[in-house]
Amino acid sequence: MLKQESLILLGLGVFFGLMGIVYWMWGHEDGGGVMLLGSFLLGMLPGFYYLWWYRRTGGNRPEDREDATIQEGAGVVDSFPSTSIWPFVLGLGCFSMVLALVFGAWFAVPAIGLLVAAFVGVTAESRRGGDV
Amino acid sequence: MTDLIERPSVVEPGVPDVGAPDGHHGDDVHEHHGPTGILKWLTSTDHKVIGVNYIVTSTVMMLIGGLFAEIIRAQLVSPTSTLVSFSQYNELFTMHGSVMIYLFAGPFAFAGLANYLVPLQVGAPDMAFPRLNALSYWLYLTGSITMLLGFFTAGGAANFGWVGYAPLSNAVNSPGSGADLWIGALMLTGFSAIFSGVNLVATIFYLRAPGMTMFRMPIFTWNMLVVGILILLAFPVLTSGLIMLYCDRHFGTHIFTVNGGGVPLLWQHIFWFWGHPEVYILALPFFGMVTEVIPVFSKKPLFGYKGMIFATLTIAALSLGVWAHHMFTTGAVLLPFFSIMSLLIAVPTGIKIFNWIGTMWGGELYFSTSMLFAIGFVITFLLGGLTGIYLASPPLDFLTHDTYFVVAHFHSVVMALVLGAMAGIYFWVPKIFGKMLNEPLGKLQFWLAFIGTQIFTLPMYVVGLHGMPRRTAVYPNNPSWQTLNIWVSIGALMIGISMLVFVVNVIYSWRNPVIAGNNPWDAHGLEWYTTSPPPHHNFTSLPPIRSERPTWDFNHPEHPALAHGEHTAVVTAPSEEATNGKVEA
Repeated sequence: MLKQESLILLGLGVFFGLMGIVYWMWGHEDGGGVMLLGSFLLGMLPGFYYLWWYRRTGGNRPEDREDATIQEGAGVVDSFPSTSIWPFVLGLGCFSMVLALVFGAWFAVPAIGLLVAAFVGVTAESRRGGDV
Repeated sequence: MTDLIERPSVVEPGVPDVGAPDGHHGDDVHEHHGPTGILKWLTSTDHKVIGVNYIVTSTVMMLIGGLFAEIIRAQLVSPTSTLVSFSQYNELFTMHGSVMIYLFAGPFAFAGLANYLVPLQVGAPDMAFPRLNALSYWLYLTGSITMLLGFFTAGGAANFGWVGYAPLSNAVNSPGSGADLWIGALMLTGFSAIFSGVNLVATIFYLRAPGMTMFRMPIFTWNMLVVGILILLAFPVLTSGLIMLYCDRHFGTHIFTVNGGGVPLLWQHIFWFWGHPEVYILALPFFGMVTEVIPVFSKKPLFGYKGMIFATLTIAALSLGVWAHHMFTTGAVLLPFFSIMSLLIAVPTGIKIFNWIGTMWGGELYFSTSMLFAIGFVITFLLGGLTGIYLASPPLDFLTHDTYFVVAHFHSVVMALVLGAMAGIYFWVPKIFGKMLNEPLGKLQFWLAFIGTQIFTLPMYVVGLHGMPRRTAVYPNNPSWQTLNIWVSIGALMIGISMLVFVVNVIYSWRNPVIAGNNPWDAHGLEWYTTSPPPHHNFTSLPPIRSERPTWDFNHPEHPALAHGEHTAVVTAPSEEATNGKVEA
């Protein structure tokens, strides 16, 4: 039902918001105030999203009911990749990009190649695989 | 290549299986025929393979970081030692801290064991985003390599301390590619952590098995949910700070430099806004591991399950309001606010400690290696936590800031986490590899590590109160500090030897396998229901989930499920399931 999930996030968000108000009113320090504002939003945005979803669906997922039986959750969960080379290629691309930041721009050439290959590859793979 | 993943529909009929030498729940219908060898390692998106990759890589990082520590301690045995040069010493303590914090403690816990265990504990076939999970690992591995590459550059590795304070970390004071590699490494591992956080939260919110309500999840999984949320709050702040630092170093911006109108102190705000939640990102997984271990070896359900959860959530909430207690001596922070918030954290942490004691109280204690490490964790963490309360008081912090007292405080904490990690390793290795670790060697390791930790940290508190500053390679004007420093080094050596015993134990247990069976400890969580190691996509069957101890309920129908609070769930005996072919609630 995602209700408890949303309440956790909203509760944290409200706490960060209150703490941010106290902190800023008391100390007038901008850096910390902005970061606490960001934390407040990071609690509230997903929290309200889950709450909205809960309200919209009426939320009664088997994993939220104490009396749900295993059979209720049986069947296809989703299409999961079992193997994929693209995360490795993407990781190598990011690695090369960081080396370009340190040792010189020429490292960006293989980096861009690897990143483009990985993005194309992983997109194609997802489209082929997801037929649920 | 993708698989359509199905959840099992029936409970496996059969006898309760506790510690059966080669117990197997039915046929492995989901047996996976994928690539093998190096290609499996490179392409796998299975959370178990990735989890093991993380555990092995981060353990290697711990050994590397530990080696740096041993060199540091060897240097400090004499007031005028010349074992390493001053600049090498700076590199060593910087890289010791960086490797241990960024490359070992966090990744081991929130990406290694959590990756392996969270899907198993909630009854999921995998993490929610398997490819993102694999990408996390590759960013972590390449980030680790990036950081260590610093030692092979002309100017050496980063040498401004693991906190990288501005203006010491700017291009004038720290030129050279070692510092840039440090920044790049933290960006890579930072994104890796963010992706792990996304995966943890999504997996726990969306992939739980039927009946696995939020308040039936194991405490380890609860803690990993909170860690996931904290990662999402904290790590983006660090990554953006690193981008600013890089811009200051290379693109002529003046965000952290005074002469261009910037504010050097802003770096400390940004760093510690990440850095203090990071302390709990590091600690909460180990709290969770210990919370799984203690009830099993006390033969009791956890004392105060909901209290534990609310304590964890409170720690998470407060942890974002304490960052500037690292900055008390700057004279530019709101002392009362940060002092109050820091002192408040002692309350939920105290609840946890009392709950662990309450769980053991009146229990049928069995002192396995794992349990010993868990108790060692509680004691050592208590020492680190109590000295943290001193440091939360500004007047005391003014006295002890940047002395070995602070170093001792956080080494008590992090050594407690290492002991907690070992409790987790001895507890779950039988599940992960299907083989037991040797118990006598484990106990030898425990006593070396536990006594070594106290010999290592306690004199450090004293030498800190005597005024010894941290990050100093020699102390020729204060030879009286030498005796205490020798004790600290003896402790460090004992910890080092205990790690060698661990390595020997791993090799010995690998060569002389003792098969673990599904549930060698008669433990509680869903991960103990499936085979050791679990099949591809984890479960061929699931038990009814009627409390936070589904496997215990299934294996012990003679005990009514102790669902906390008002309701008592009904457990169907396995023999009835066999005749009905399904489970009645």
